[in-house]
Amino acid sequence: MTATLTRPALPPALTEGLDDPLPVTEAAPATEGAVKTKELVIVSESGDLERTWATTILASTAAAGEMKVSIFFTFWGLFSLVRPEVRVTGTNWMQKMLAMMNRPGIDHARLSKLNFAGMGPWMMKKLARQYGVAEPRELLEMAQALGVRLIPCQMSMDMMGISPDQLIDGVEPAVGAAAALELITNADASLFI
Amino acid sequence: MTVQTIAARVDARGLSCPLPIVKTALAIRGLASGDLLEVLATDPGSTKDFTAWSTTTGHTLVESSVDGAVFRYLVRRK
Repeated sequence: MTATLTRPALPPALTEGLDDPLPVTEAAPATEGAVKTKELVIVSESGDLERTWATTILASTAAAGEMKVSIFFTFWGLFSLVRPEVRVTGTNWMQKMLAMMNRPGIDHARLSKLNFAGMGPWMMKKLARQYGVAEPRELLEMAQALGVRLIPCQMSMDMMGISPDQLIDGVEPAVGAAAALELITNADASLFI
Repeated sequence: MTVQTIAARVDARGLSCPLPIVKTALAIRGLASGDLLEVLATDPGSTKDFTAWSTTTGHTLVESSVDGAVFRYLVRRK
């Protein structure tokens, strides 16, 4: 499947130290010769901060290693793809209530433990800044710039009432479980996070 | 002896895993084949990361050195 992607320009903080402006081009050319490009598929299911961190670190690092990387976002994982300015998703009261209780957007991910009404993630992000660790959103943007495919789950979109225009730029059209399984079974490694 | 100039630099000092590698990968895409990229980092894990990354990608790790707390890598784009 081919898709035309618009990749977001990286924020200046991420490109400083790079002498050349970021070339926004298509994915790196396939390795010449007989070496097959390795493929990694990550199923992002949880949406928890620590798991979203793991997903974005592994995806960006694998793409940096010139692997073909796709992330399939399903259930709470789908909330990572919701645009930051979208406060509430959903069209009926139940969908809206779910989004009220669990704010969408990668910057609003919560810790699965020690969340303490946002105090835990706040401390975690403060520590991350102190130790030069990029936040999930920054890693996701870099992953996109390195050609990582972001694929939302159609069923999760329907069930939670999320429309494609509520998702960040560069996300591919939503697919179903069969398409996700095809990706997974053809990949060299797959992770369910 | 041919002296080759460094085509681009990545300053990843103070940055943690995986930023040194990710920033290197972003920078090397803008270079031509054979160009040299210099990377400075302070992440102690970066030494093994750069060796592994060079093996996976096929970009040559020309030099891997350390000066005090700063690691320096010289990478040639394949």
